Amino acid sequence: MIVVIDYNVGNVRNVCNAFRHIGSEVQLSCEPKTIEKASGLVLPGVAAFGYAISALGDLAAVIKDAASAGKPLLGICVGYQMLFDESHEYGLYKGLGLVHGKVVGIPATQVVPHMGWNLVKPQSNMDLFAGLGKERHFYFAHSFYAQVADRQAKAAYTDYGFELSASVQKANVYGTQFHPEKSGESGLQVLKNFAQICEKRN
Amino acid sequence: MLTKRIIPCLDVKDNRVVKGINFLNLRDAGDPVELGARYSEEGADELVFLDITATIRSRKTIVELVEKVAEKVFIPFTVGGGIQNAKQIDELLRSGADKVSVNTAAVKTPQIITEAAQRFGNQCVVLAIDARRSKTKPGKWQVCIKAGSEPTELDVVDWAIKGEKLGAGEILLTSMDADGTKAGYDNQLNKAVSDAVNIPVIASGGAGKLEHLYDAIVDGRADAVLMASITHFGNYGIRQMKEYLRGRGIAVNL
Repeated sequence: MIVVIDYNVGNVRNVCNAFRHIGSEVQLSCEPKTIEKASGLVLPGVAAFGYAISALGDLAAVIKDAASAGKPLLGICVGYQMLFDESHEYGLYKGLGLVHGKVVGIPATQVVPHMGWNLVKPQSNMDLFAGLGKERHFYFAHSFYAQVADRQAKAAYTDYGFELSASVQKANVYGTQFHPEKSGESGLQVLKNFAQICEKRN
Repeated sequence: MLTKRIIPCLDVKDNRVVKGINFLNLRDAGDPVELGARYSEEGADELVFLDITATIRSRKTIVELVEKVAEKVFIPFTVGGGIQNAKQIDELLRSGADKVSVNTAAVKTPQIITEAAQRFGNQCVVLAIDARRSKTKPGKWQVCIKAGSEPTELDVVDWAIKGEKLGAGEILLTSMDADGTKAGYDNQLNKAVSDAVNIPVIASGGAGKLEHLYDAIVDGRADAVLMASITHFGNYGIRQMKEYLRGRGIAVNL
């Protein structure tokens, strides 16, 4: 059973809808015991970073422990950004620190938010992109982005006038800046790939 | 490179999709959930659902509609029509909408934009503007509210700039003069607003031919093009639109 972390930040329902659509069992929960039993965790997020990380509260430690113990974790959008060390969105906030790097604003030379479908080019052997070929369009909607500074992490980028990080993979920790649950068939394939990663481990 | 978006718009009344000309003379175009799912399969980049009755009774219907759409459609969708406060925005987002568009309420109480942007993030908040060419000031447009029935003193470009400052993440810009005419978008309007703000602008109203889409993107500098009549009544398929645009050098998700 995949558990989507419910920490009261807007729209987490669509992630569950998408997992159900592809035939995966999924549960929305904020209970540490349920989280510990999960085959994999999804950390969604539609909110400002500071608000999201404070809403997460004590669950942050539970998620970090589970990820350190090898449980697959997928962060989406702000959930992806929270995987990193810190964010500079309206202040300075500490993230989960599972992947090294920091979250900063998209330069104002570009249209902000970065909103719409952009082409993502994964590195080879990035598990989330299995079966999706060399490049695919995914749906983005965000004003901040993560600068990945982790040698142990593989990263996929998209071109937004500069190389914008779209996804990372570091051991069992995965993240996407884009919304797989809103990226049509390609996005559903990413979620299927994550579901398979969770299945394999159990 | 970020692609230009093709966005079918579904005007919803009594749980049916309808479409009129210059905001009048409605014609039935089908079931909103089915039509939305079909557009998603055909490759639409996004959908917009507008509750054009926007009464207290229709509000409940629209929440149920949003829930159904969210279970079937895995591309982003915006919901608008008669939204008055942050509580309603919260309800729609929780029901599965990705963005909520605000029009009349934003003019009456601009803080609703700021409040919603701070709570839900500005990417969720779409400022919808119904624009009409000014009869007294050439090259200017006035903001109209209440489904276009009530003109205001606000200048469209000024209001768009203010909307961005208030925290809107996107502008859905409808030309009332062009809406439903199929004679092309008002690209002077689109360009005036696109040049004035640094958030995405969706051009709306007037799509009739494939070249109109190209013109809105190139001449109007729109980030996305919205259409209703030409897709609902089968004139052009989404894929056909994208192939056409790609053929003319526009980046699309195809």
